[in-house]
Amino acid sequence: MLTVLIAVPLLGAVLTLLAGRVGIDARSVAIGFAVGTLGLGVAVAALYDYGDAGMQLTQSVEWIGVLGAHYAVGVDGLALVMVMLTVVLVPVVLVAEWHTGEIQHVPGQGEPDGAAPRAAEKGRSASFFAWVLGLEAAALAVFLATDVFLFYVVFEATLIPAYFLVGGFGGAGRAKAATKFLVYQLAGGLVMLASVVGLYVVSAESGPPSYLIGDLAALDIGVEAGRWLFLGFFVAFAVKAPLFPLHTWLADTTAAATPGTSVLLICILDKIGTYGMIRFCLGIFPEASVWATPVVVTLALVSIVYGALLAIGQDDLLRLVGLTSLSHFGFIVLGIFVLTEQGHTGAILYMVNHGVATAALFLVAGFAIRRSGTASIRAMGGMEKTAPVLAGLFLVAGMATLGLPGLAPFVSEFLVMVAAFDYAWYVGAVAVTGIVLAAIYVLWAYQRTMTGPAKGELVRTGDLDRREIGVMVPLVVALVGFGFFPSVLTDVIEPVTGTVIDHVVDGGGEPDDGPVVPAADVQADTQAEGGQR
Amino acid sequence: MNDEFTGPAIEWARLWPLFAVFGTALVGVAVEAFAPRSARCLIQSSVAGVGLAVALVGTVLVALELPERAGGAARGDVTAGGAVVVDGPTVFLWGLLVVVTVGGLLLFAERRVDAGLPVFAGQASLPPGSTAGPGGPGEPSYEDWEHTEVYPLLVFALGGMMLFCASGDLLTMFVALEILSLPLYLLCGLARRRRLLSQEAAMKYFLLGAFSSGFFVYGMALVYGYAGTLNLAGVAVAVRAGGGQEVLLLVGAAMVMVALLFKVGAVPFHSWTPDVYQGAPTAVTAYMAAATKIAAFGAILRFLYVGLGDARWDWAPLLWVVAILTMLGGVVLAVGQTEIKRLLAYSSIAHTGFLLTGVLGLQASGDLAEGQISSLQAVLFYLATYGVATVGIFAVTTLVRDPGGEAGSVARWTGLGRTSPLVAGAFAVFLLSLAGIPLTAGFVGKWSVFASAAGAGAWPVVAVAITSSIIAVYFYVRHIVTMFFADPPEDAPVVVVPSPLTSVTIAVALIVTVALGVVPGPLLDLAGHAGQFVR
Repeated sequence: MLTVLIAVPLLGAVLTLLAGRVGIDARSVAIGFAVGTLGLGVAVAALYDYGDAGMQLTQSVEWIGVLGAHYAVGVDGLALVMVMLTVVLVPVVLVAEWHTGEIQHVPGQGEPDGAAPRAAEKGRSASFFAWVLGLEAAALAVFLATDVFLFYVVFEATLIPAYFLVGGFGGAGRAKAATKFLVYQLAGGLVMLASVVGLYVVSAESGPPSYLIGDLAALDIGVEAGRWLFLGFFVAFAVKAPLFPLHTWLADTTAAATPGTSVLLICILDKIGTYGMIRFCLGIFPEASVWATPVVVTLALVSIVYGALLAIGQDDLLRLVGLTSLSHFGFIVLGIFVLTEQGHTGAILYMVNHGVATAALFLVAGFAIRRSGTASIRAMGGMEKTAPVLAGLFLVAGMATLGLPGLAPFVSEFLVMVAAFDYAWYVGAVAVTGIVLAAIYVLWAYQRTMTGPAKGELVRTGDLDRREIGVMVPLVVALVGFGFFPSVLTDVIEPVTGTVIDHVVDGGGEPDDGPVVPAADVQADTQAEGGQR
Repeated sequence: MNDEFTGPAIEWARLWPLFAVFGTALVGVAVEAFAPRSARCLIQSSVAGVGLAVALVGTVLVALELPERAGGAARGDVTAGGAVVVDGPTVFLWGLLVVVTVGGLLLFAERRVDAGLPVFAGQASLPPGSTAGPGGPGEPSYEDWEHTEVYPLLVFALGGMMLFCASGDLLTMFVALEILSLPLYLLCGLARRRRLLSQEAAMKYFLLGAFSSGFFVYGMALVYGYAGTLNLAGVAVAVRAGGGQEVLLLVGAAMVMVALLFKVGAVPFHSWTPDVYQGAPTAVTAYMAAATKIAAFGAILRFLYVGLGDARWDWAPLLWVVAILTMLGGVVLAVGQTEIKRLLAYSSIAHTGFLLTGVLGLQASGDLAEGQISSLQAVLFYLATYGVATVGIFAVTTLVRDPGGEAGSVARWTGLGRTSPLVAGAFAVFLLSLAGIPLTAGFVGKWSVFASAAGAGAWPVVAVAITSSIIAVYFYVRHIVTMFFADPPEDAPVVVVPSPLTSVTIAVALIVTVALGVVPGPLLDLAGHAGQFVR
């Protein structure tokens, strides 16, 4: 079942590319497959047993014997919400980017980079859609993999479609941005490779090597070795997430990529970072996670404040949205590493809500930029009058981002804040400033772009068309819906957080007194949670 | 005293692929002497092709019949009075070498990429700038005949390589070293275009190669002084027994290693690599870069593991240093390169470093956990992935041409992804494999050598290897960016459609590179099945 879920978008990518060659409408094919994947995702959610905290719908085949690598997939609550986020966002992005790659066919609309229409761009639409589907397949595989080797392979594999999406279809500085993005990500990945190799060595020392997460979590990794290996994984995930000081690729990439690509990168791919922290850092190295908590919490706080400050200072709307995410990822990482159930539930909820809210913000910003022909906030203004629907949706997305009660992100932000205050009052106090700053960057950006007199050419621009409104509807519905009924998500998430926190507390001791519990206990414990395998 | 000479027993059943290769080369020489000039090219390439096919089949047959030794941990025989060892690693390397040579042969025979003319100069003695010939002034160095000797030379080089990685004593190893080197020196000087560069390359390679051979002989003599034998198994016995003039062993072994490390292009013996790779005809570069490295690593492994396995605490620290220097030197120097072939040359130096990292993973068989990857297995697998990707990537570089020959400058490849997506795509896949990106063969290779080095505790080397990989990613990715995300220049180089010879080479290399990335299991198992060296 899960394999089918991964295979369908991959097949879709290939067929989309072929359809582009033989003259069938590639976009319809792509949308068909994206919706089909969405259907499969819903089917997985329906098959999922919500009472069980362990891995479900598992499948495991030996892949490379010598390496101890398996093709092993499974889904638990954490994976399920990430999968749902992915399968929902991809069709939305495809519709939102309907005209990407064939700008010359859209009369009356501005061309962001002013590129002259070229015959060669005709076939590019198909390749954009194909890369998006390829990215979806890889991202789904990442969230479903239950083998570290498989995870690593698909983790890196996501970069290739992402690279071509950024480099092939963005604004002016896209080639440079794509290089920076890829080099950063691959560097992080290679650091993680060292840890993946290290896990193999540790695993081989105590029996036949195996990369299954269940087997690795039960391993007795020495304290020192565990800390080094933890570091490798954490650095890779901190690049991905992104966390200060490894975030510098973020703004360049979002500024150069198309808004749809940014949604895929920030709202789906970057979640792999925080997902990986929960699944691998906490799951395999509980002791080291407890050990690293003070530093990680500090970095998260710096990200929250620094990201918000940077966002306030931006003139490029897409850079601004990108940098807000730095702040938000700070919150998520904070929620993860305070190591309480409440913090975890908040963090995972945050991952979903941030995905939806930021997607909405990116897409609205994209629509605004398409109309104004510039990404510069200074050059925009008064869009409220010419495009009231656009402005309204911008406000809704912005309010969600700053955590207005009643919209989804409020709940998760609240949970993380409470957990932060529980951890230490000063940590909570610093984190609160992030929320205040969020109000500034959102409202100020709104004021400058949407209110006031319409500037120059903007007077003539129209409001959102039906396609664009249709794209926003599911996102707004989700924002409002999860705002009022967060339990839909928390019911899925909570069993997982319980398991993870138990594992960390057993394996790493309480954060305060920190004695290392003998490995035998950890082993007994994971056996008790047999479902984890 | 019994001073009657008794010839060593030659086990033909194990050695016949080797003899088949040398036989083919000799037939090639005879063809050169007796066949009419017009028919030579066809006859020569056919003879070489048949010879390689026989050698490949023979290698497989020999591999299937190898007797088990040491309870299944190794398989094979020592033959020819200890001079040649045919064991699991030997036949693995033989197979690899023959396959790579087939790729080389196909590229040698290619003539469509350059308007129906061969890649080689009509005469090795032709001076630079010679423009006589059927094509008139525009066609350099083609005097109405062509150098069909390249085919026997190629096969001779293969024979030398096969013997090199199978040699059981240092004397055989030296003879094999010369057999494989001399044809390569000559082949390097035969480029039809850019004669001066080519002749310079051949000269440099020859002088430095001769110098390194001198080191080998001197080192061999010192090792003999220590052990009283040139046989590697005998050296191992002497090392284990201890005593004697240990300084002779250390200095001798170091000198032998200098020669071997020269052949694989390790820092600080690497300086010939970029010049030779750039100057040699690209078909020769493709063959040489892949095959020499395979053969020489076979010899390095055998020398260190069999001869000096018990002295590894003496050589390992030095090899740590060499591996670190090689990796860092290769990638750092590659960053500034503007010529494709020089870029690939420095990248190949870096790969030598990665391979040396794998060599460092030697552990006593007792230290190796059940099912854990052994260093020999890792290095053999890496050699396969590297060899295939190298032949493929150099084959692709022959296709992008300016009026004066191949478009060597990186800048000339700008925008190739727009104009020729297939060629650029293939090149990108090979680059990704060399960079070690998952789902390509290079990744599994890299993983294997890192895992074996880490298993032996060489963590600092692995850390440097990771750092080097990060730097390497930068220049590989930069090239992909140039190809795909920039607009082609007005006078863009022409991408020629090659004959099936080159197409097949590229396609097979591409398929193998991807296949080994997705399902590396069978080949890894095969490398593991090869077992240990037989002493």
